[in-house]
Order: sequence, then structure tokens, then C-alpha cells
Amino acid sequence: MVDLSVNIAGLRLKNPVLLASGTVGYGNEIAEFTDLNKLGGIVTKSLSLKPRKGNPPPRITETPSGMLNAIGLANVGVESFLNDKIPFLKKLSTTLICNIAASSIEEYVECTRILTQEEAIHAFEINVSCPNVKEGGLEFGNDLNIVGRITEKVKAVTNKPIFIKLSPNVSHISDFARVVKENGGDGVSAINTLVGTAFDIYTKQPKIKNITGGLSGPAIKPVALAKVLEIKRNVDIPIIGIGGIMDWKDAVEMMIVGASAFQIGTVNFINPNAGVEIVEGLKTYCEQNSIQNISELTGSYQI
Amino acid sequence: MYVEKSKVESVQKISDNIFLIKVLSPSIALLAKPGQFCNIKVSENSFPLLRRPFSICDIEGDFLFFLFDIHGDGTKLISEKKPGESLELLGPLGNGFDYKEGYDTAVIVAGGLGVAPFPFLVKNLSSNKKVISLIGGRSKKNIVTKGLKNVLAATDDGSEGFHGTVVELLKREIKNISQNKFRIFACGPTPMLKALQNYCVENNYDCQISVECAMACGFGICQGCPIDPTNGESYLLVCKDGPVFEAKSVKL
Repeated sequence: MVDLSVNIAGLRLKNPVLLASGTVGYGNEIAEFTDLNKLGGIVTKSLSLKPRKGNPPPRITETPSGMLNAIGLANVGVESFLNDKIPFLKKLSTTLICNIAASSIEEYVECTRILTQEEAIHAFEINVSCPNVKEGGLEFGNDLNIVGRITEKVKAVTNKPIFIKLSPNVSHISDFARVVKENGGDGVSAINTLVGTAFDIYTKQPKIKNITGGLSGPAIKPVALAKVLEIKRNVDIPIIGIGGIMDWKDAVEMMIVGASAFQIGTVNFINPNAGVEIVEGLKTYCEQNSIQNISELTGSYQI
Repeated sequence: MYVEKSKVESVQKISDNIFLIKVLSPSIALLAKPGQFCNIKVSENSFPLLRRPFSICDIEGDFLFFLFDIHGDGTKLISEKKPGESLELLGPLGNGFDYKEGYDTAVIVAGGLGVAPFPFLVKNLSSNKKVISLIGGRSKKNIVTKGLKNVLAATDDGSEGFHGTVVELLKREIKNISQNKFRIFACGPTPMLKALQNYCVENNYDCQISVECAMACGFGICQGCPIDPTNGESYLLVCKDGPVFEAKSVKL
């Protein structure tokens, strides 16, 4: 009998499969296509203190083996989330991680302080790395001091685990993971999307209104693996691996380079049942390879 | 909503660049309403990566029809499908037309491939409804009339029917049309819909438009397809709140 459960920063997940923020909304739509209760957990669309309208269209475009998006953190805000979205999420028997995005340190703290009172929320993921907003995105995620301060201040208002979602658009991602650890963060999520763009060769205009967007999908998997490995080899901190995972094989690879759990994102848009299929695939892989506990895979690379 | 692996029955070339594909999809066929769409995975690998949204053109029993032109890699791959091969359909998605009550004449206004959702709509209209179809295109070869009734064409180059845009044709015909209580059902390129919207809002005509937008998921999780409402702060989503909107309710 394979044990697929993982323990990450004190958070017990029934399996390592999480649905990534911004690719599952608040759970209700994707629940039409998949059984969320079979997953390790879901990470909500980024929440800010007040609702955010997000960027004007076009917001997305397909690129080779990937897609660019510049949604701009469109979300319902903390209050509406608690009133309108939590009732559905509460009924699920899976781990709920709330992703928070903000344009000031105070806003991160305030969101966390309010949300931590909701017992249905098990942990927080702090988004300091959205490439598509003017304030609170990469200008925070690129600054070691600010990432440290956000970690420390947010941690001070909650007892629940805090994961900081890191940007790949930096020279040394492990420096950021270290700062998170030093300031009391429980873990890191890596990676957020890579900044990219695409132009129409006839109109010579950018294909998304924001000009640049976040690149995701299979195209970024090698980058994500390298970043997770870099963190694993340099900092002793739990890692949630993210980036281009499309199936159980990608997931195994992500765990081998150091992830304790992982998130799937873009694939949800194509196959909304991908998470459940990955759980099944992992189970078979473990059985066939005599792995009793899937966490044995984490950081099991042979270099 | 279902994800259904669907066998291709046939791919019919309608004109130079326009195709009609027929696929077996019983569960989606059973649920679908006129104006809804499917998000289609055209390959089994990651090229192209994302699904492609297509209006449901028509339904015959367990079969769905989609009308499309080749304008990229995804549509090219669909056009090359052979009978027996499969596509993976996700649908039916979106809200569809409100077509059952409140008018006597259905006025279809379509530009180019904007005719796609209308054969299914026409088929579902109750027999006491009169139908007038105004179909516009750049040229004669862009005019598709399959499954439509009572067609008047408009072409930009005058090669068939009225020489001008389909909205100008509507203005010419409105005197006849407005003798009955009518509702306009429209689909086409955004500039056409915009011209139609202006005209309908000015004259307070009952008009529903089906809009197009790039999207990834098709059911509300990617937030990739926002559209501004006329009243209200937050965006609506074309996939979930549309693709059919009251013409006066959105900003194009």
C-alpha cells in the first residue's frame, strides 16, 4: 500500500498534488469536471484586500509549448471571498491554501490577519512575484529586503504555515529562499511565471494588451526544475514545485529535484481532471518502483 | 458539461478556406443549446497546447457540427482530420441565445464565419417564428448560407447581393422587418458587432450578440476573456457570462 501523503511545513496533504493559484479560481467551476476531494489541495486565485478588476483584454496568447497571461490579479477581494466563496470551499475535504497578492506590505499583513481567522483556510501562499501588475509584483519579488520583511510581518499575524511564491526572474532564487527561511517563512513555492512577450508580425502590435505577460506551460518546466534544484541544494526549506507539470512523469521529476509537493497550473485549462489523473499515475509509479512513501522521492536526485 | 472524446465522422470543404466538421458526441449533443460552444483539443500532444473554442453550428442526433476557417495551426490540424480520428470536446459551454419567447421575427445578422451558431438556432426556433437571415462577407466566396432560411447577402465588393456591409443591409431592410415584433441575433467580427450595437442601442432594438475572445479554459478559471459591462465595475467573462450578451449590456 503506497502512502501518497506528504507533510510540508507541518501541513499534511493527502497527496502532493495541488492546483495552482490563478488556474482554479475559487474551486467551483473546475469542480464540474473533477473531484477536488481526491487532490492534496487547492490554492485560490490571488486575493487582495479590495476587489481588483484586472487587466483589459487581450489577456492571454498561446506561445510554443506554453502560454502568456497578463490577468492582472483580477479577484473578488477578501470580503467577498469570505462571504461568497468560502461556503463552497468549506465543503471540500482537501487542503485549502489562500494565495494573497497586495500592493503594500501593510496590505499583505491585513489580508493575512483577516483570513487567518477563517478555519477552513489551512495555509497561505504569499505572491510576491506576479509579473503583470505595477505595484506589489516583481518590484517586491526582486528585492531581498522586501521579501524578508513581508515574510516576517505576515508570519507575525498568523500561526498557519506561510509559503512565499518566488519569482524565477531573479539571478539567484536560492538567495530569496534563504531570506524567507531567515525571516520565519515555512516554505517556498517555486516558480511563478517567467516574463515574456509575443508580437503579431503583421500589425506589429503585442498579442496581449499588457505587452508582457507571464509564461507558463511545458515550455518553462526545465527552468522550474533548475530553480527548484538550486533552492534544494542551497537552502534547507520545504519547496512546493511549480512550472510546466503536465502529467505524473513531470511531477515525479519535480519531486526528484527537491519538491515536497507540487502545483499544476496551465494543464488545468486543457484537462481539468489532470490533477486526479496525476494522483493515479503517481500511485502506479510508486507501486512499480517499490516506493512506500512518496515523500522518499523529494530531493532523491543522483548527481 | 462534459469532456468527451469524439470521433470525426466527416470533414467537408464548403469553400476555399471554410470547412464543416461532423463529430460524434452524444452527451454534449444532448445538452447543448443554440449559441453555446465547445472548447476543442485538436491534437493528442501539446501542439497546439490550448483548446480552441468553436460555436456549435448544428446538431443532428448524436452528431455535432462545427464550421471553421483555417487561420492558424489549430484550425489547420482540424481541417486535416480523417474520419475515424478523434477530437476531445469540452462542452457545452457558455449561455447560448435567449430565443424562445418575446418576438415574432428572428433576424439573423452574421458577418463571415459569424454564421456558425445559426443553423442550430434556426432549427430550434418554433415554427410560428419568421426568420430573416442577413449574411455579410468580403466577397461572394465568404458567404455561407448552409442551414439558414430566407437569406439576403451583403458583400463588401458587391459580388453577391447588397453592395455594402451587413449592418447597412439591415438598415435598408428594417422597414419591412419592423412590421413584426423582432429580435436580432448576431455574430461576427467585432467591428461589425460594434456597428450593429450602435445602431440597435440608438433605436432601442432587441438584439443579442455572440462575441469572440481568445480564451484558454472556456469555463471561467483562467480569466483570460474579460469583457466590460455597460453598467458595473468588474469584468464579465466571455466564456461563462457569454458568449451571448444583450447588445446594450456590454462594451465592445
